[in-house]
Amino acid sequence: SCDFAPSGSFSPFRRLPLPAKRKYMRSPLSPEMATQEVPLNETLAHLKTESETLKLKLEEERAKLHDVELHQVAEKVEGLGQFVMKTRRTLKGHGNKVLCMDWCKDKRRIVSSSQDGKVIVWDAFTTNKEHAVTMPCTWVMACAYAPSGCAVACGGLDNKCSVYPLSLDKNENLAAKKKSVAMHTNYLSACSFTNSDMQILTSSGDGTCALWDVESGQLLQSFHGHAADVLCLDLAPSETGNTFVSGGCDKKANVWDMRSGQCIQSFETHESDINSVRYYPSGDAFASGSDDATCRLYDLRADREVAIYSKESIIFGVSSVDFSLSGRLLFGGYNDYTINVWDVLKGTRVSILFGHENRVSTLRVSPDGTAFCTGSWDHTLRVWILMC
Amino acid sequence: MSPCSICKSYSMEEVIARMQDEKNGIPIRTVKSFLTKIPSVFSGSEIVQWLIKNLDIEDPVEALHLGTLMAAHGYFFPISDHVLTLKDDGTFYRFQSLCLSPSAVYLCKRTMQNKARLELADYEAESLARLQRAFARKWEFIFMQAEAQAKVDKKRDKIERKILDSQERAFWDVHRPVPGCVNTTEVDIKKSSRMKNPHKTRKSVYGLQNDIRTHSPTHTPAPEAKQPTEEELQHQITFWQLQLDRHRLKMSKVAESLVGYTEQYFEYDPFLTPPDPSNPWISDDTTLWELEASKEPGQQRVKRWAFGIDEVLKDPVGREQFLKFLESEFSSENLRFWLAVQEVKKRPIREVPTRVQEIWQEFLAPGAPSAINVDSKSYGKTTQNIKDPGRYAFEDAQEHIYKLMKSDSYSRFIRSSAYQELLQAKKKKSKNLF
Repeated sequence: SCDFAPSGSFSPFRRLPLPAKRKYMRSPLSPEMATQEVPLNETLAHLKTESETLKLKLEEERAKLHDVELHQVAEKVEGLGQFVMKTRRTLKGHGNKVLCMDWCKDKRRIVSSSQDGKVIVWDAFTTNKEHAVTMPCTWVMACAYAPSGCAVACGGLDNKCSVYPLSLDKNENLAAKKKSVAMHTNYLSACSFTNSDMQILTSSGDGTCALWDVESGQLLQSFHGHAADVLCLDLAPSETGNTFVSGGCDKKANVWDMRSGQCIQSFETHESDINSVRYYPSGDAFASGSDDATCRLYDLRADREVAIYSKESIIFGVSSVDFSLSGRLLFGGYNDYTINVWDVLKGTRVSILFGHENRVSTLRVSPDGTAFCTGSWDHTLRVWILMC
Repeated sequence: MSPCSICKSYSMEEVIARMQDEKNGIPIRTVKSFLTKIPSVFSGSEIVQWLIKNLDIEDPVEALHLGTLMAAHGYFFPISDHVLTLKDDGTFYRFQSLCLSPSAVYLCKRTMQNKARLELADYEAESLARLQRAFARKWEFIFMQAEAQAKVDKKRDKIERKILDSQERAFWDVHRPVPGCVNTTEVDIKKSSRMKNPHKTRKSVYGLQNDIRTHSPTHTPAPEAKQPTEEELQHQITFWQLQLDRHRLKMSKVAESLVGYTEQYFEYDPFLTPPDPSNPWISDDTTLWELEASKEPGQQRVKRWAFGIDEVLKDPVGREQFLKFLESEFSSENLRFWLAVQEVKKRPIREVPTRVQEIWQEFLAPGAPSAINVDSKSYGKTTQNIKDPGRYAFEDAQEHIYKLMKSDSYSRFIRSSAYQELLQAKKKKSKNLF
C-alpha cells in the first residue's frame, strides 16, 4: 500500500498508530507443547523456503531472456488509425444482469444467460429470440454453444453444468430434455465444449477445472492446482493441442495438459483476481483481464508476461477479454461500463467505447471476427462493429 | 500516446484521497449565495479538470464518465439533486464523509479523545487492529471521516449540521437509488463472500458488525490464504524444478513471431480490413457467409492454406482438397489416420474402445489395409495402449504422423498444380464462380 507523508493537522493521510498496550496476546506456550510442535513446523518452514527459493530462481531465469520489449519490436509496424466502432445490434429481453454469452459457429446466433436464471438463444443478426429456458437457480454465470449448433450448456449457483439440446420445434419445452453433466462443489464459473458436442470443460468456485463426457456425465479428467476459485478458462485453438488455460482468484493463470491433468505452466503477475483468459489466435500466447484494472499478455514460448495494457485513468476491473481475428486488437470489457480496445503489439489504447449503462460482464468476438458481442448488468447485449 | 510500462493502478479510494489533498486536490470553498452561505463545495468542471490533469486523460468525455461513476458510488454528490451524476459545469458538489463503516469510525473517533478514562479496552483495541487490517488502504478515508465527525460532535455548528444533513441524504441516494439509477452497491456474487467478511474471525465480545459497505468498488480483497500442506509443498517444489528445466525463447524471437503473425493475418481481420464483399453486420447482406459455406473456396481463403498445415486441417474445404490430392498420389493413409484419431476423441466415451480397435485394424495392425509408418517407440507405446483403450491411445502415433505430414505431404500439396490452380481459380473463372 502507499506511504503518504504526514502533513498538516487535518490530514487524511495520517496513519493511525496501533494501541501501545498489547494485553490481547496469548500467554506463551508451555515448554512441552513447544518441543512437540517444532519439528513439524520446521519441516513445513523448510519446504516453504525451498519452494520460494525455486520460484525466485525461475523468475531470474525467465528475466534473463528479456532482451527487448514487445512494443519496441513493434515500432516498425504501421500504427493503427482512428477507430470508430459502433453498436450495430442491441438485444433486449433479459430481465436482469447478463452474466455470460457465447457465439454459435454459424457466426450469427448467440446464447446468453442472466442473474434471473434465464438462458436465451438469439439470432443476433435479426435480433429474434429463438429459444428460452429458465434455470432452477439464479446467477447463471456460464453458458456455451455446442460446436454443432444443436445444443447449449449452462450453469452457475447450482454448482452444475447442464446441456440442453436445441429443438427445431419452437414450442417444445427445452427444460424437459435437460441433461445434467458436471457436478462441482461450488459455483460453476465457466464452461466450454471442446471441439465436440461430447465433451465439456468446466471451471468452478471449488478451485478445480474438470473435463466431462456429456453423454454419460462421467468425469474424464480433473485439474487441481489453483489455491482459490477458478473464474475462467479457454481452450487452445490448436488442431493438435490438448491444452487449455485457466485464471483464478489466486491471481494465477495456469496452462493445463488435458490428457494428464497436470499443470504445465503457471504465471502469477496480476495483483488481483483474474476474471478472463483468452488465447492469442496462434495459440502461442494468451491474454488475461483482472480486477487489478489491467490486461496482460503472456507468451508460452518465452514463458513470461510480455505486455501490460493499462492506463492511470482506468481504475475499474476487467471482466472479460478477447482478440480480434489477427490478434492485433484486444477488446476488454470493464466494470466501469466501458470497452477499451488495445493495440496488442504497441501496448496503446486505440479506442474507448461507451454505451452500456452498467458493468460489462462478458465479451466475445464472433467466430469469423466480423463483430464482437458484449453482455452487461444493464440487462442488454450489444453487437459491435467497425464503421468504415 | 506512450506505451505503458509499469502503470500503478490506483483504487477508487486512493483517487478520492488525492482529490481531497490540501495541496494538490480540488479546492473546496464556501460560496456566498443571496442571504445564505453554501459551505464546503466545488464545481463539476473543477472535478473534470482535476481528473484530466491528474490521471493523464486526453478526452473530457472519459473524465466525465469516470467522475459520474464516482458520484454514482457516492464519493461526492450534487448538493441539489438526488440523481447522482456529474455535469461538466458550475453545478456544486460536496465530498461524502459519512462512513461506510460506522463501527470503524466510532472506534477511530474514540482514540482521538485524549482522556484517560476513554482509553480503549483490550477487546476494543483488538477490534480496531482487525478493522485496520481489513480496511487497509481505505484507512485514511475512515480516519478522515472520524476526524470530521469528531469535529462536528464538538462544535454542533449550524454550518456543520447543514453539511452533515446533506451527506446523510446523499448516503441514502447511494443505498436506495432513485428509480432508474444504477445501484452501485450491488456486488458480483462470486466476490461477495469476500466483501462482507474480509477476515473471518472468531466472534469477539465487541462483535464485528456486518457493516453496510465494507468493499471498494474497484478492489477485491484477496481470498483467505490456505496454509499449504507438506504434500502440496512437495508438489510445488517438483513443479518449480520442472519449470526451471524448460527451454525458453528470447523475447526478441517471440516478439518477432507475434508481430509476424498479426501482419500475416492483417488482411483477414474484419476489424482491420473490411471483408469482401461486405461485413454482413454493416450491409445487412449475408453474401460473405454464404460464400464461406459454399464448396468453392475464394482466392483469399485458399491463400491462407499456405500459411501452415493447421490452416488446411481446420478448414473443411481445405481438408477435402488435401485429401483429394493425397488420394491422387495414393498416399492418403496418413491423413486418414490423423482424421480418424481426431474423430475418436470427439466421440462419447462409451464408443471409444470399439473405435480404437477399428482404427488399429485399419492402420496399424499387422497386415493393415491402410498401413501407416510410425517410429518403433510410438508403435510400441500404441500396442500397449490399445490393451486398455482410451481417448489418447494413439496420441504418440498421431503426433509422429502430424510431423511427417507437415514436413512431407503438406509441402507437396502446396507446391502441387492442384493447389496452384485453386489459387489462380478466381482469376480464371471469376465471373462464373457463382
